[in-house]
Amino acid sequence: MNRINQLLNNKKENILSVYFTAGYPELENTETIIVELEKAGVDLIEIGIPFSDPLADGPVIQQSSEKALANGITLSKIFEQLKNIRSKVSIPLILMGYLNPVMQYGIENFCRMAAQSGIDGTILPDLPLDIYEKEYKELFRANGLSNILLITPQTAIERLKIIDKATDSFIYMVSSASTTGTKGISSDILQTFTEKIHKAGVQSPRLIGFGISDKESFQNACRFANGAIIGTAFIKALSKKGDIKENIHQFVNKIIES
Amino acid sequence: MYQVNEEGFYGQYGGAFIPEMLYPNVEELRNNYLNIIETEKFQKEFKQLLKDYVGRPNPLYYAKRLSEKYNCQIYLKREDLNHTGSHKINNTIGQILLAKHLGKKRIIAETGAGQHGVATATVCALMDMQCVVYMGAVDMERQAPNVERMKMLGAEVRAAQSGSKTLKDATNEAIRDWINNPEDTYYLIGSVVGPHPYPDMVARFQSVISEEIKFQLNQQTGKKNPDYVIACVGGGSNAMGAFYHFLEEKKVKLIATEAAGMGIDTDETAASLKVGSPGIIHGSRTYLMQTPDGQIIEPYSISAGLDYPGIGPVHAYLNDTKRVEYLSVTDDEALQAGYMLTKTEGIIPALESAHAVAVLQKKIFKDNDIVVINISGRGDKDLATYIKKMKK
Ligand SMILES: Cc1ncc(COP(=O)(O)O)c(C=O)c1O
Repeated sequence: MNRINQLLNNKKENILSVYFTAGYPELENTETIIVELEKAGVDLIEIGIPFSDPLADGPVIQQSSEKALANGITLSKIFEQLKNIRSKVSIPLILMGYLNPVMQYGIENFCRMAAQSGIDGTILPDLPLDIYEKEYKELFRANGLSNILLITPQTAIERLKIIDKATDSFIYMVSSASTTGTKGISSDILQTFTEKIHKAGVQSPRLIGFGISDKESFQNACRFANGAIIGTAFIKALSKKGDIKENIHQFVNKIIES
Repeated sequence: MYQVNEEGFYGQYGGAFIPEMLYPNVEELRNNYLNIIETEKFQKEFKQLLKDYVGRPNPLYYAKRLSEKYNCQIYLKREDLNHTGSHKINNTIGQILLAKHLGKKRIIAETGAGQHGVATATVCALMDMQCVVYMGAVDMERQAPNVERMKMLGAEVRAAQSGSKTLKDATNEAIRDWINNPEDTYYLIGSVVGPHPYPDMVARFQSVISEEIKFQLNQQTGKKNPDYVIACVGGGSNAMGAFYHFLEEKKVKLIATEAAGMGIDTDETAASLKVGSPGIIHGSRTYLMQTPDGQIIEPYSISAGLDYPGIGPVHAYLNDTKRVEYLSVTDDEALQAGYMLTKTEGIIPALESAHAVAVLQKKIFKDNDIVVINISGRGDKDLATYIKKMKK
């Protein structure tokens, strides 16, 4: 079984997923970040593939992508960095990025290299569902990759049903209509959102992302889903001065300490 | 044959490659745009405004001295005489009426040179709608008078500080705004770019250009069609407007010019079809300038309106199918054409439009060939550049 589904089977609540931008703050930080996140107790990692024009991202992730690209990161370089990652960590790993760099790399090469590196899933926000189902699904499945789809509070009930059906691991719930890094989440919006999801009869597990930055917002989000995803706040923690490993542990500890 | 298909594609180009956050907005447009714009009521209101407010039909002007100089029959389609000085207003009138029908309260737009921003701010003033225009911080400096014009019209101009701070980044910021304001906001795109249905919708609103050319040419010459229609392409809206009703007329030769900047063999260019390759930009699969790793490259052209790393998906298709011939024109060639048209006919074209005029210096026409050139805008906004380059 795919590592993501194993996780979802074993852990039904408070799943913590962390996003980071590959190649940031330094080109060769990728392995360190993944290893330390696992050690610190994170359940799932999203490795961001930097893009020059990240439409769905706020300033913090934009700037991290810009810096990573200036550092010389490329998709080939990311796969090189991930070559031995499976001898070091066992939690599920997801590649997240915009479609254009993946297309230029070649979708078949991308899937093959992802599978070889031990990647378990992808989040490609600007890959439309109908195109995925028509052109890419078989290829992704053949390579053991789960393609994770987004929903937002504005997603219509009929579409929630379609997305649920197309999901083979979890659904990414975008907490509110926003780009990444907007401050805070709203219990009211999440309450209405969750009711709509139940009304649509959605069966798939769900993680909530966008606007989650600390222990309080993490715990709040977890009331409405199986877990939550932190991106921007973690990028900010990585940008701090000092030892990167310490920064990572300090950040994660603050989220999950009881 | 050259129309968009049910799924929003022209051949393999087009589509709607958008994050889920934009899906409800784009879906709403896709489901409604044809129903709304094809109604008699909409068309009546649209045509009335084009006539009384924009000043259409603008002339199809037989350029006698130019025709003698180049030994063929040259007609200029005078989009430069429209209110606000370019073809951009045809589209903004259409889309603001659509936004009103959809019950939207707030309009956002991107702009490069400021022409689309001004045309948007203008129709927002006319319709009493809130207006936010995104413009690259670098372009705000390059095109300062247009920034003041937009502000005077009541628009808020927000500087795009990301990336290279030009049109591509202004478009990114407008899309981000739309993601953050999914319910009351309408994104008024300025060219035949972006996710389906924008390319088709903008082409329809601009198609009035070729509709008039056809009618006026017939009235003036008795001929059904010209031999050539020539236009410049940034995103490609004035070209689509000028070509629209000729696409199925196989005998009409269509020529479009991309901005070559310093030349297509340099890094300083904006000729997406010549130096680009297929990929995804701003929600659409089309040709764009990119690195082998799929990062979008910042283009360069002396003309801010052509300074865009992509091109409308319909043009990628018309290029593949060879229905339209795409040429590239350098900064210098465009400037020379601009000076030449000014001296020969007393018409100062926008630097964008000068790229279309430059075809006269690149191609030889027969003496009875009827050649229509679309003068997409006037050169007032470019006077500083024309004057600076003239002194050199
Ligand atoms: C006068 C003029 N012509 C042409 C263009 C290029 O746009 P398009 O290719 O969509 O016609 C612009 C854009 O700003 C413009 O201002």
